Amino acid sequence: MTYHDPGKPKQIDDRNEYHSEKPEGVSSQVETTEEIRVTTPPEISGMGHRMKRKEDPRFLQGKGNYIDDIKLPGMLYMDIVRSPYAHAKILNIDASAALELDGVLAVITGKDLEAHNLHWMPTFQSDTQMVLPTDKVIYYAQEVCAVIATSRYIAADAVELVQVEYEPLEPVIDPFEALEDRVIVREDKEVKTNRTWHWETGDKDATDKVFREAAHVVKQYMYLPRIHVASIETCGMVANYNSSTGKMQLYMTSQAPHAVRTVFALVSGLPEQKIQVISPDIGGGFGGKVPVYPGYVVCAVASLLIGKPVKWIEDRSENLQADSFARDYHINAELAADADGKIVGLRVDTLADNGCTDGQASSSKFPAGLYSICTGAYDLKAAHVSVDSVYTTKPTGGVAYRCSFRVTEAVHMIERMTDILAHDLGIDPAEYRLKNFIRPDQFPYRSPTGWEYDSGNYEAALKKAMDMIGYDDLRGEQAEKRERGELMGIGISSFVEVVGAGPSKDFDILGIKMFDSAEIRIHPTGKALARFGTKSQGQGHETTYAQIIAEELGLPAADIEIEEGDTDTAPYGLGTYASRSTPTAGAAAVMAARKIKAKAKKIAAHLLEVNEDDLEWDVNKWQVKGSPEQAKTIQDIAFAAYTNHPDDVEAGLEATDYYNPPNLTFPFGSYIAVVDIDKGTGVVKVRRFVAIDDCGNIINPLVVEGQIHGGLTQGLAPALYEEIVYDENGTCLTGTLADYLLPTAVESPKWETGHTITPSPHHPIGAKGVGESPTVGAPPAIANAVVDAMWHLGVRHIDIPITPEKVWKALREAGVQD
Amino acid sequence: MITGQFTYFAPTTIEEAIQLLDEHGFEAKILAGGQSLIPAMRFRLSQPGVIIDINGIDGLSGIREEDGNLVIGALTRESMLEGSHLVQSRYPLLADAATVIADPVVRNMATVGGNIAHADPANDHPAVMLAYNAEVTAVGPNGARTIAIDDFFVDFFENAMEDNEILTEIRIPTPASNSGGAYIKLERKVGDYAISAVAVQLTMNGDTCIAARIALTNVNPVPMRAENAERALVGMTVTDDVIETVGEEAGAECDPSPDLRGSIDYKRDITRVLTKRAINLAIERAH
Ligand SMILES: Cc1cc2nc3c(=O)[nH]c(=O)nc-3n(C[C@H](O)[C@H](O)[C@H](O)COP(=O)(O)OP(=O)(O)OC[C@H]3O[C@@H](n4cnc5c(N)ncnc54)[C@H](O)[C@@H]3O)c2cc1C
Repeated sequence: MTYHDPGKPKQIDDRNEYHSEKPEGVSSQVETTEEIRVTTPPEISGMGHRMKRKEDPRFLQGKGNYIDDIKLPGMLYMDIVRSPYAHAKILNIDASAALELDGVLAVITGKDLEAHNLHWMPTFQSDTQMVLPTDKVIYYAQEVCAVIATSRYIAADAVELVQVEYEPLEPVIDPFEALEDRVIVREDKEVKTNRTWHWETGDKDATDKVFREAAHVVKQYMYLPRIHVASIETCGMVANYNSSTGKMQLYMTSQAPHAVRTVFALVSGLPEQKIQVISPDIGGGFGGKVPVYPGYVVCAVASLLIGKPVKWIEDRSENLQADSFARDYHINAELAADADGKIVGLRVDTLADNGCTDGQASSSKFPAGLYSICTGAYDLKAAHVSVDSVYTTKPTGGVAYRCSFRVTEAVHMIERMTDILAHDLGIDPAEYRLKNFIRPDQFPYRSPTGWEYDSGNYEAALKKAMDMIGYDDLRGEQAEKRERGELMGIGISSFVEVVGAGPSKDFDILGIKMFDSAEIRIHPTGKALARFGTKSQGQGHETTYAQIIAEELGLPAADIEIEEGDTDTAPYGLGTYASRSTPTAGAAAVMAARKIKAKAKKIAAHLLEVNEDDLEWDVNKWQVKGSPEQAKTIQDIAFAAYTNHPDDVEAGLEATDYYNPPNLTFPFGSYIAVVDIDKGTGVVKVRRFVAIDDCGNIINPLVVEGQIHGGLTQGLAPALYEEIVYDENGTCLTGTLADYLLPTAVESPKWETGHTITPSPHHPIGAKGVGESPTVGAPPAIANAVVDAMWHLGVRHIDIPITPEKVWKALREAGVQD
Repeated sequence: MITGQFTYFAPTTIEEAIQLLDEHGFEAKILAGGQSLIPAMRFRLSQPGVIIDINGIDGLSGIREEDGNLVIGALTRESMLEGSHLVQSRYPLLADAATVIADPVVRNMATVGGNIAHADPANDHPAVMLAYNAEVTAVGPNGARTIAIDDFFVDFFENAMEDNEILTEIRIPTPASNSGGAYIKLERKVGDYAISAVAVQLTMNGDTCIAARIALTNVNPVPMRAENAERALVGMTVTDDVIETVGEEAGAECDPSPDLRGSIDYKRDITRVLTKRAINLAIERAH
């Protein structure tokens, strides 16, 4: 299964070699512990404290400020006319009846945008995307034109009155058919093919050799379906162009406001200082609010043309049908083991269905994201991974849904394959993993696909999970039940994540390096304001960033105000996704705090009339070595920084840091799921789920647990429930939450969580990202459990979502009745 | 997701409501709990010009036993069934259904009358009421009439009432002794309509089933009784083999359509399985 056009150059992995720049004399070998390190008292609440989230009182009281809460004087409303076809020529748009309706100001079409050269826009992945069509639509529910009216209700009525004449064209729904190039999706492209790119990494010859010499090889095709982030808040914007000042304010649901500002400036020609992007509170992003969608652009253009504020709020069905789509990977994998059963090689061919546009927002060197992390937790001799991308007449795909760029796909594949191989060899999947893990003494570990894993202890996490769930007893129970004809399964996922993009040498978005930033200002009274280039959408930054600064400077976390999301005030950064905030901006906070601490030392020395070298830091103060009663707290120093600072030191106590991480971080964990299967209906019930996560040093255990609970539920979702489905015409059949099945508390098991701590050796506080680990790690644990329950019946694999009907079919085919 | 324009009336008496219905005819829709009507209006699948909100009419809500019947007022909310001691203690089939219709938030608004009047084959009460052999009271310009539930569901989303009639109450005959009932529903997740669901109400004499009605949800274009299945059960000494045959009959006589909830084969087979389970549970409750 290799699809690239031989005439086209392949994109071969051309990353720089990774070598973590570790401080002299520091070993990369780190110990694994379970105890969370706490060095500050609760009044300060630095790292490790279970501090309640500072943002929650306003959310719990309904006082958050979301896009739809924003009302500006004279504001107009936009609504969108959408295509009923997946692929059709637009013959005519007649807006006359809509324009006659009282309160309708304008109907904006692709032709109108074309006049300003705004009918196409660049994506973050160097592709291009239609804003509004001028001649054809290429997905169902595509934005065709927009109505601007004085109220939301009038706009909705006017949408019904716009007459669009279409000539339906054949849709391209199946990516394998798309490869045949019989129907071309993107006729705007110079080369008339649906093939987008081909990318490969690893050593092909070495891998082929390992496979030739292997004693056991298993093969499996698997499909990771198209899914949707389905955040509670849909996308939306209030665009406010002031024609007298020339300033464009864009309140928008964006996880990456700074990058968006730059792109808007480049595309629109407006000077960047006249564009202010403000991301207020965001009701969930999960990667879906990284890209720029047509609605945002049209809304901004409408405000620019009319000179009044314009609001656009997507409704639930528009959101579910038109944007924020992830996954859609067709994977053919082969895993090889030697005569001792040791895993030696992995060979993967993948077809990526990216819909009509590659909407991924990852670095240009990684068109398939970080998919090549797919050798996972195992010490392989060789691996080769290739990915081909095609266009189909589906909406833009490729969002990194709560996953650091295609890591979910990678983890699902390797964890399913490992289970298949273990079962084939007749070895218990837990025992098999323990036998094949990269050992703790092998870190930093260079993977066959070129990653340098910073630290890990996979054995410790799995053993802890097995202890917690009572693995051996469960296997006993399973054997008894099997005797009685009952179906119970136990599934493991020992995942490795790769997060924190990323080091400047390899990671950029449209050329902008993927650093992130922090700016800390300490006020004279010892209170602080800190601003970041990231943007929380539920991750708890207002709490955890404050705790990081509290840890470094000894200021109470409660005294530190955290701000993000306003490009006029926050330092430039690439935003929050891919579990990158702690690895990048969190590190920047540490570095900025340390700059402040260094300046504070000078001031303290001046106040105490001693030499700087005579001072030592203790929690929240500089004190004289050997006589700790002689000390100046950070609050004393802050006051002095404005009132009594030495002549040769600038006033004020602030610092900014733009942090370029030396490497990515590699969080990991082991999850174990127990399922019971109803033979009559095929219904799978997740009875227990134990999740042991290792994200290095923990900033706030409560926030980490919260992230894991949410993420596990979003991992359960695609495992058993969620899929975006198209019919043969390319019509989306899952355009409401009645058919796009988000699990609720009823479907979720009681999540049993725990941790091990293996710090990152290169991160200044030893932390790694965690937000996405559970979403990435959970699906294969559940899928493995289901197959484990049915392996003795000859079932080797079931694609997710594992619906009751798929299970029922497998059972009936195996002759199981009820 | 914004409805089209409509005129809104909120009558306070049945007479007033009937007069409005009579006046606006086909154009008008009654609004009860709104949990079926409003979603359809927001998607503009239904664009009534006139809405007649009956929530302000007194006396349409309540649950009581009277003359050998359980009488449920049309505006009785689903959540009231869940909270009714009478229903919970004496009408297990209805009690089962009340906990699996939609979700608690919807059940606080949705009404029993609306659920039946909507004649949606996916709704749960039609099968429940068919199994109970209930009666419906409809009031129109010419007064009240009784419609047997077997005659009520005439087509896909179509009931036997006239455009100018209002459903005011549902009457369920109080079950004889040694009767039991059960409703078993399979849904994809909480709040979902059934993939399939089976309502059984039966009466036993020792091991012999002397009366039974079985009805099915969402596996037929019109809410249906599984009459072949009933015939295979009534008069029989109930054994596992008999129950298996009853299940097979139910699976065979329904007419499901394939959709995201499953293929025809799947729906037929789980209808078989659920029928067996519902019968076993109903028999257990009958004793
Ligand atoms: C998310 C969701 C999930 C749901 N899941 C289920 C489910 O699993 N099972 C289930 O059974 N239902 C389900 N429902 C439907 C819900 O139970 C509906 O409320 C019910 O079917 C209709 O009752 P209503 O009072 O809301 O009626 P309305 O929506 O107000 O009315 C429905 C129709 O009946 C007519 N009508 C209502 N009352 C009368 C009357 N007294 N006389 C004459 N005509 C009348 C109306 O004119 C309208 O045409 C769900 C609804 C939602 C929103």
